[in-house]
Amino acid sequence: MAKPGIRLPGFLREFGIPRLLIAVFLVVLFAVAVATHMDLRGLISDSIVRVGRNGILVLALLPAIQGGIGLNFGLPLGIICGLVGAVISLNAGVHGIAGVGMAAGIGVALAIPVGAGYGWLLNRTRGQEMMVGTYLGFAIVSMMSVFWLLAPFKNPTLVWAIGGRGLRTTLSLGGIYDKVLDRWLTFTVSGVRIPGGTLFVFGALCFLVWLFFRTRMGITIAAARSSTRFARAAGISDERTRVQATVLSTVLAAIGIVVFSQSYGFVQLYTAPLLMAFPAIACILIGGASVTRATIGHVLVGTFLFQSILTVALPVTSQVIQGDISETARLIIQNGMILYALTRIGRT
Amino acid sequence: MARGLLRHAVPILFAGLCLFGIIVAKITPPFLMSEMLVRMSRNSVLVLSLLIPILAGLGLNFGIVIGAMAGQIGAILIVHWGIPGIGGFALAWIIATPIAIVLGIATGSLFNRAKGREMVSGLIAGFFANGLYQLLFLFAVGSIIPFHSASMILPQGYGLRNTVDLNTIQYAIDGLIPLRFQMQGVEIRVPLVSYVIIVGFCLVTLWFFRTRLGQQFRAMGQDPHVAAIAGIAVERNRIVATVLSTVLAAWGQLLFLQNIGTLNTYSSHEQVGMFAIAALLVSGATVSRATVGQALLGTVLFHTLFVVSPLAGKALAGDAQIGEYFRVFVAYAVITVALVLHAWQSTRAAHEARKATR
Repeated sequence: MAKPGIRLPGFLREFGIPRLLIAVFLVVLFAVAVATHMDLRGLISDSIVRVGRNGILVLALLPAIQGGIGLNFGLPLGIICGLVGAVISLNAGVHGIAGVGMAAGIGVALAIPVGAGYGWLLNRTRGQEMMVGTYLGFAIVSMMSVFWLLAPFKNPTLVWAIGGRGLRTTLSLGGIYDKVLDRWLTFTVSGVRIPGGTLFVFGALCFLVWLFFRTRMGITIAAARSSTRFARAAGISDERTRVQATVLSTVLAAIGIVVFSQSYGFVQLYTAPLLMAFPAIACILIGGASVTRATIGHVLVGTFLFQSILTVALPVTSQVIQGDISETARLIIQNGMILYALTRIGRT
Repeated sequence: MARGLLRHAVPILFAGLCLFGIIVAKITPPFLMSEMLVRMSRNSVLVLSLLIPILAGLGLNFGIVIGAMAGQIGAILIVHWGIPGIGGFALAWIIATPIAIVLGIATGSLFNRAKGREMVSGLIAGFFANGLYQLLFLFAVGSIIPFHSASMILPQGYGLRNTVDLNTIQYAIDGLIPLRFQMQGVEIRVPLVSYVIIVGFCLVTLWFFRTRLGQQFRAMGQDPHVAAIAGIAVERNRIVATVLSTVLAAWGQLLFLQNIGTLNTYSSHEQVGMFAIAALLVSGATVSRATVGQALLGTVLFHTLFVVSPLAGKALAGDAQIGEYFRVFVAYAVITVALVLHAWQSTRAAHEARKATR
């Protein structure tokens, strides 16, 4: 936003000051990395791994924005569905790609009714979707914490060794489907390792979502958001399209957390999903999305920018100062970006 | 009768839940009473700090976390300077006030730029401020800002330790006039002066509701457009309401800390907003209507559950952890239900209004 009197060039204004600052920050980080002779290839490789890991969770926000719900702070609902799928597949002891597929499949099957219910609720709480989503997510995550403790899973690799019940806080995927997508189709470009499989899945889902918004249903969803009255005149109920958008968002979140977990190597239960929506939202906003408009390009650019900063900030800043400033930087960038977007609604 | 019951469904349900917990965990009255006396004195002012923004139509001020941070800055400074007792506590209040005012103005201006989304903005602003707070105390203190007290600084030479010992001001207010009595062989301490302060804040809040400014806030809360047409400086008043809330939260957090006696530098403030808001809402208060009585009732009910639920969890399922997760769930669920009901009612009201104009 330009102050009165100072007129920024048009492309800069559209890009936005916060985004510019973030891009400059990333460039500075890389410059420091080069200047201090750090392993640049390793940094880039790590960044790309994290893009693949988090990408689908960011993509999950796109349908919600396009459907007129805004920033889907209720992402943990879908994440929980995916986690239930992952735990069931682990309990059954399914290894490899089949395990990932089973986890994602169960996650999607759960996410459809959950998303429909969530969408129904959001239709009744218009104008407060973000707040309702945030706290519904918080409530469900803490309710599921009780569930993880009481759930009737008996597999000794999953439950606490002492007492013999209650799922562990982190379940290791080592030897089951740890990095199974990351390793599949992995290749090296001039010393930079690229986790081909995860990126392929991310890319494929991006393409499918892009394609979806060109189908009749997708166009209807976007049309109902951008011009509700015309859509209604054309016989489109925006109540329906909003539910469809929410279901799609929840389903993608369920798939997203399964892909995240296999790449990370652990399934994190209990309070881990509580704040997962916030970094994902920061990603899509940094990429250039607003609360009312987002594209696949925003998802890709934003995920790359923000995840690179998160990856590079820790090793680079620890060269200069002791202590982990990356977590602090993440809090400031992430929430600063969300605040900026919240104050921009209704302006052009 | 049935209508009255329905209106008070939330506090009745909650009282029932507490009672159930008390019975299954076999909690004795003296234990509960001593716990509640302490917890009421700790938390009441923080809950009271939510009332003014609700009156002014800003909804639940999730930004009180920022006020709590201002309070903590005051506490850290007086420990650094080594000023003990009531003098130190008073100085902490005095230091915290201007910081809270400045932060309140910033938060209020943010709310003005995000009208209709004050609550989510306040929540995110709290997270954002937490980042700045970390930047200040984890990195700037001792490196950019000179800070010489080896006992408070991390071994690396800058950044505050995770805990700051507040024993120099512990019970500075609570124990000013010591009052204790025996109940079934259990000694119960009454933090008398804290209660005097809490009652003072209740009365001031009630008085404020009746002032000219308070009436303007009420008008804004009912309809900001009409209020603006009536010549009320809505934008300015919204900032004033936020400032008052932030300052009260800073003071409330200091009162809380002098009772606890240790400051978790990087986490004491994080849960303040959620617990205060949940406490207020269990009394049956809503996003748009809350009274002083509800603030006090809610604090009693919520903190009873807080004491009871781990013990009940242990008695029922043999695991205190279940009770701990359960009470967090209850806190979030209460907030969710209140938000849903509020949004549901306002969409329905908008729908009816649209119908009426047709």
